[in-house]
Amino acid sequence: MAETRLIRKDALTKLFEKTRQSGRRILAPKAKGEQAFFEEVTSFGEVCLDHVQTRSSAKEAVFPKCEALLRYKFGDKGAVSYDEKPFEPPVTVVFGTRPCDARSLAALRAVFNWDTPDKFYLEREARTTIISVSCTKADSDCFCTSVGGGPGDTAGSDILLTPVSDKEYLAEILTEKGQAIVALAPELFATAGGAQKEPHLAKVAVQFDVNELAKTIPVTFNDEKVWQEQSLACLGCGTCAYVCPTCACFDIQDEANRQGGVRLRCWDSCGFSLFTLHTSGHNPRHVQSQRWRQRVMHKFSYYLERQGMLGCVGCGRCSRACPVDMNLVEHLKELALHGRNG
Amino acid sequence: MAVATSNIPNIYKPYLMRIEKVTVEAPGVRTFRLVFTNPEEAEKFTFQAGQFAEYSSFGDGESTFCIASSPTRKGYVECTFRQAGRVTSGLASKDVGDVIGFRGPYGNTFPLEAWEGKNIVFVAGGIALPPMRCVIWNVLDLRDKYKDVTILYGARTVADLVYKDELAEWDARPDVRLVTTVDPGGETPDWKGQIGFVPAVVEKAAPSAENSIAVVCGPPIMIKFTLPVLSKLGFKPENIFTTLENRMKCGVGKCGRCNVGKTYVCKDGPVFTFAQVKELPPEY
Amino acid sequence: MEELKNKVRELLKAGTVQAVIGYRAGSDEKTARVAFVRQPDEADGLILDPRCTDNLAVYLLKPEVKLLGKLAIVARPTTARTILQLASENQLADGQVIVLGVSADGKAVVELASFEALEKFVGQVPAGLTEEEKVLLAKIEGMSREERWAFWQSEFARCIKCYACRAACPMCYCSRCIVESNQPQWIPVSPHDEGNLEWHLVRAMHLAGRCLNCGFCAKACPMGIPLNLLTQRLAEEAKAAFGAVAGGSATGEYALSMFKADDKEGFIR
Repeated sequence: MAETRLIRKDALTKLFEKTRQSGRRILAPKAKGEQAFFEEVTSFGEVCLDHVQTRSSAKEAVFPKCEALLRYKFGDKGAVSYDEKPFEPPVTVVFGTRPCDARSLAALRAVFNWDTPDKFYLEREARTTIISVSCTKADSDCFCTSVGGGPGDTAGSDILLTPVSDKEYLAEILTEKGQAIVALAPELFATAGGAQKEPHLAKVAVQFDVNELAKTIPVTFNDEKVWQEQSLACLGCGTCAYVCPTCACFDIQDEANRQGGVRLRCWDSCGFSLFTLHTSGHNPRHVQSQRWRQRVMHKFSYYLERQGMLGCVGCGRCSRACPVDMNLVEHLKELALHGRNG
Repeated sequence: MAVATSNIPNIYKPYLMRIEKVTVEAPGVRTFRLVFTNPEEAEKFTFQAGQFAEYSSFGDGESTFCIASSPTRKGYVECTFRQAGRVTSGLASKDVGDVIGFRGPYGNTFPLEAWEGKNIVFVAGGIALPPMRCVIWNVLDLRDKYKDVTILYGARTVADLVYKDELAEWDARPDVRLVTTVDPGGETPDWKGQIGFVPAVVEKAAPSAENSIAVVCGPPIMIKFTLPVLSKLGFKPENIFTTLENRMKCGVGKCGRCNVGKTYVCKDGPVFTFAQVKELPPEY
Repeated sequence: MEELKNKVRELLKAGTVQAVIGYRAGSDEKTARVAFVRQPDEADGLILDPRCTDNLAVYLLKPEVKLLGKLAIVARPTTARTILQLASENQLADGQVIVLGVSADGKAVVELASFEALEKFVGQVPAGLTEEEKVLLAKIEGMSREERWAFWQSEFARCIKCYACRAACPMCYCSRCIVESNQPQWIPVSPHDEGNLEWHLVRAMHLAGRCLNCGFCAKACPMGIPLNLLTQRLAEEAKAAFGAVAGGSATGEYALSMFKADDKEGFIR
């Protein structure tokens, strides 16, 4: 399926126009202060690709921070009826994701599509096209290559753009959704010639052996001291989960007035003590070290066993966003070492 | 830009159920009998003993309880809950005729077919009788298939015993051995049952482990002290069943709340043997 | 620096405290992170330089940290003032924590074992906004009412309701925050515009005149919302209305929770 073309950087303005004219909304990184965030843009001029990584992930496109699962109306004498409308999420192009973000969709899908398919996620995903841009630079928090990805990895992208000169991107058109975007303005995509992407990609060193980690982490489960030490600084703020592209845990809440209400789903985090608190007061994970352990174990052990893949793509957002500088790679290396030494 | 909408159903949309009967079981504890508002849904609905559901008080949210009625009793489902938080308070304010939401059935079931030809011992404490009531009635409605049936049930006080009418009914049956107990100090002058904590009462009742299955539900402290007693009586962990009740939101393996290690209580449970529970990390 | 390390070693060796909360090097050369020093030789890893800006007082009430035993804490002036504010709200008892006060220039370290000593210490350091903060606030002040509303609306729209601002705030110590009270549900849980606005109003009002201006909330916010500007502005307001400045005294009265018969506002009498 994959086809390779060249597109000039200045042609992206036109491609954005055509994409918008086709009725698609475009989400792309926009600069704010020192950070960049995925937001809706109306033109290519608003896009900022200067950052190694956006602060928040692109999961908002397929799993919004808040969405309605249900709307209902109250009638007379205790009656309730549903206020049903077809679910038609916006047709969306996410532009400027990094390859790690594109890979994260598989991890989200593994949760939302297993056994009982989740309409809301799947409909959004079906209407979303991912145009990623390969990484030409990385920072010390990046570790995609340690978890099976890479700065030019194509997995999960519909089109992958790699800057091969000041003026041009090499465009790998990877799926039918990608083809559909090309079809909006085929004249912008030239034949590729002999351009290669590899020389232009960032070098991201492998920091740990993930297969070894998967074996050693369960060994450390009962070593409470390790988890306590690692999490002593943790404020339980949940930022790591909220910026994570694969964290899929959510809360369900009702909001209503006398006429009716809405049932909403919103992001949640296993780092919060309330996440598992029972009505009786019993809390299966009552201290922060257990909650930190859950986060790490879920991504690097349980996910592998249940979903057949890692629950981490190595984007490094958690480490960058943590207000108390808890560095995931540092902790993973320590855990691997600990497990190895029994 | 139009894209065809697929036919994936909304797994978060509850059945609308009408409350047909409300029974006040104990202080703050109620049982609802629920019937489908849509007869077509009633027609298609089936469940098995041990499964749970998400019950909505619209405007307040959803709460998780086991289905307390037996699948052998058709045409309705029952749930029993204690008023504690926002949702259960919302539910408690409802009355006969009101509509609530019901999502389910979810989770695995008790292996009732595998238990045929065996003695069954039920051990329950307090508000944990409801999840067991489903399987008790299922067994009693198919009484010929099982051998001796023993029910050991304890609560803090006489007032806290739930299903008082049914306890009397079971007590009157010659084919059921019922032992009820209340904690010391929880008895009333006319209390005829035992006085003592559940583990001690189990030990005294000493049901035979031979060709037997035990089902144990109750507060963690009761379970902790009852298991060694059952073990002493000869029950093997793989023949002792329980239901885990972790906090849940979605009930369908998405929201991540009920995870215990790699186990989803909502999908792999709620029914577990104690042989399985021993393998779980201690986060339940 | 050696002075600090020596002091820490001394306190731990003598068993005066079981742990010292300080700073150590972080992930990169621009970052410092918290250190929980429990062995005298671990003091070698302590640092004290311009990277060390986090308000470590947030750890003093954290259950897991309290379990370490009696604590000493390395405190820059903001942290020191936070400790006094916590004391005035009955969250810390006199002598409970040994404060290793760091002078504004970061050079001198002084052991402050009582609140009285701490009060003297912070009295020498002027509290207030930095020039940079004053410029930012002036910019918002300069907006019209409508512009200012639009500014905050667009900022709050980004909020994802992770409550990291609350987790990072040393003054947000309630064991159950009002947003988690759901009978009734005062504040909508979901991160939509209405819920976000209500949360930020409640947060700002609860901190009015209590905020020590450490900026940890804004640092913690994953969405880059300049939340501290709100509480800073309210601190100015509280000062103007009641003459109240947070963190000056261990026995200070909190203006917004005090009733006085001679209150200048008529509605409260």
